[in-house]
Amino acid sequence: MQATGSGATATAVRPGRRAGQSAPPPATAPRPRRRRFDLTGALSPWLFLAPALAIFALFKFWPMAQAVQMSLHEVRPYLGDRWVGLDNYAQVFVDENFLAAIGHTVVLAVGQTGGSILLGMALALLLEGSAKHLWVVRTAVFLPTVVAMAVVAEVWRIMYYPAPDGAVNSVLGWFGLGPSQFLNSEDTSLWSVMGVGIWRGAPYDMMIFLAGLAGVDRNLYEAAAVDGASVWRRIWHVTFPALRPVFAILFTLAAIRGLRVFTEIFLLTNGGPNGSTEVMMTLIYKLGLERGELGIAAAGSMLLLAATVLLTLVVRLARARAEKKVA
Amino acid sequence: MGNGFDSALGFGARRGPLALLVKTIVYGLLVVVFAGPLIALMFGAFTKVPDPTSLFSAGGFTLENFTRAFDRGVLGYLANSFIVVGGGLLLQIAVSISAAYSLARKRFPLMKLVFLLVLSTMMLPEEVLAIPLSLVLSEFELTGSLLGMIIPVGAWAFSILVMTEFMKEIPVELEEAARLDGAGDLRVFWSVVLPLCRPALGVIGIFGFTMIWDQYLLPLLVATDAQQFTLPLALRTLRSDEEVGVGVLLAAALLALLPSVLAFIAMQRQFMRGLTSGAVKG
Repeated sequence: MQATGSGATATAVRPGRRAGQSAPPPATAPRPRRRRFDLTGALSPWLFLAPALAIFALFKFWPMAQAVQMSLHEVRPYLGDRWVGLDNYAQVFVDENFLAAIGHTVVLAVGQTGGSILLGMALALLLEGSAKHLWVVRTAVFLPTVVAMAVVAEVWRIMYYPAPDGAVNSVLGWFGLGPSQFLNSEDTSLWSVMGVGIWRGAPYDMMIFLAGLAGVDRNLYEAAAVDGASVWRRIWHVTFPALRPVFAILFTLAAIRGLRVFTEIFLLTNGGPNGSTEVMMTLIYKLGLERGELGIAAAGSMLLLAATVLLTLVVRLARARAEKKVA
Repeated sequence: MGNGFDSALGFGARRGPLALLVKTIVYGLLVVVFAGPLIALMFGAFTKVPDPTSLFSAGGFTLENFTRAFDRGVLGYLANSFIVVGGGLLLQIAVSISAAYSLARKRFPLMKLVFLLVLSTMMLPEEVLAIPLSLVLSEFELTGSLLGMIIPVGAWAFSILVMTEFMKEIPVELEEAARLDGAGDLRVFWSVVLPLCRPALGVIGIFGFTMIWDQYLLPLLVATDAQQFTLPLALRTLRSDEEVGVGVLLAAALLALLPSVLAFIAMQRQFMRGLTSGAVKG
């Protein structure tokens, strides 16, 4: 696999450099030019880093500090903020809307992650191979991933048209199913949104699986065949163990991305009908930017961030433990 | 290859008439499910007032949807999108290679901490910071200006990390040789390291393009009126405009879809490389 390959070479290069740097200095006194370089040398890493650090500081870390501060205050424009301690957080946990939104967010994150990984793996197994026509099919399947979410949402709003002759309902009709209300009914809205998420997420996961599959030793397949193992046993005992790093990547990405869904909900349902698809981010957006409840919105954001960080750490820990077990 | 062991499932390598039939059906189905809706969108954009229920209503070819979309200012939104993606991408690439040069080729105190800070920004997307970010943007008077959509995307941890990994693999000997010739930091950066980074530039270029083109919340926070809308933002307005038919919406959506799809197809190889190299370290 390319990724692990690049990591290995990177570590292989480094000891060489370190040895080069710690080589004993020439016995003669360093030339003046050399000294001038050392002077700028201490500062120059920071000069090269300055633009990135400045942008991160202004648009990531400063807003985050503000969010912490706002979450502990009742934010009152012109009147000055009033310290309320953890009241905003408490309110998030008693507010019915927030609790419902937390529930929807978790269901959506778990469903989209699981669905995308399962479907992505199936796609990868079906479409693995070096033939030209497979490459064409893979490219077509991957398209939803590169299209802007805003476009995806508009297309699916039309696909999901709730009348019996809507696109998806027509297809369901061939099998004697439906018609469904999709986004328009409380019972189906969340699942419909999840379907769009999986439709867009699975091809991405497929590509990462394909990269993992490409790294599996072909000789093992042949050896398994010689031993008389069926295709399914071969996949279970040879392919899956080799895909462990791929699962680690996908779960890390899911932990970071899963909880913050906003655009698809905002455009597909905007939380409706009747709050059935309201997630953390759409609720925070409405509270903060439409109703001016900045303190509570900030507390909600901080909880979202805490959950994201926690999930990421859990995934990392599980990954480290799994790697230790293998080693 | 071709011995039947070039894939885990061996599905694509099966031969015989029955296998061919099954394969054709499966591949066809996959293309219809995943690319079908986008192809339907394309047809709809060129069709006379397509029925909202079905994307595939045969109404005859027309460009009217586009002319009406242009009347609604879609060209202006498209121009905004290109300004944001052009400016944002240039800034992002410059910032990334500069930061990566430090992280990959230098050793300095606090380097671990800087690396950790860069990594941690991956957990701080616009979504999580939306509320304070909107306040910060107006504090700096970046709301109501396309600059507000450009500067914040200028630093992206993914690009910095991909670039850093790549630069680490450039042999130190090349750099040392240049230094012995008396080249300073800037010179080494510009004429030794940078030319060798061209393959990685393709990777962060295509990823940056797709990332900025897909931006939604940031432009939403920045734009104070329709003048600054990017094309993705404008789609929602077009949809809620009752005088605008589905055809016009589809025409605008097609214009929002094409640049990213074309960029992807042109740079597919780099895209695939980035998918595997960056994700691991993330």
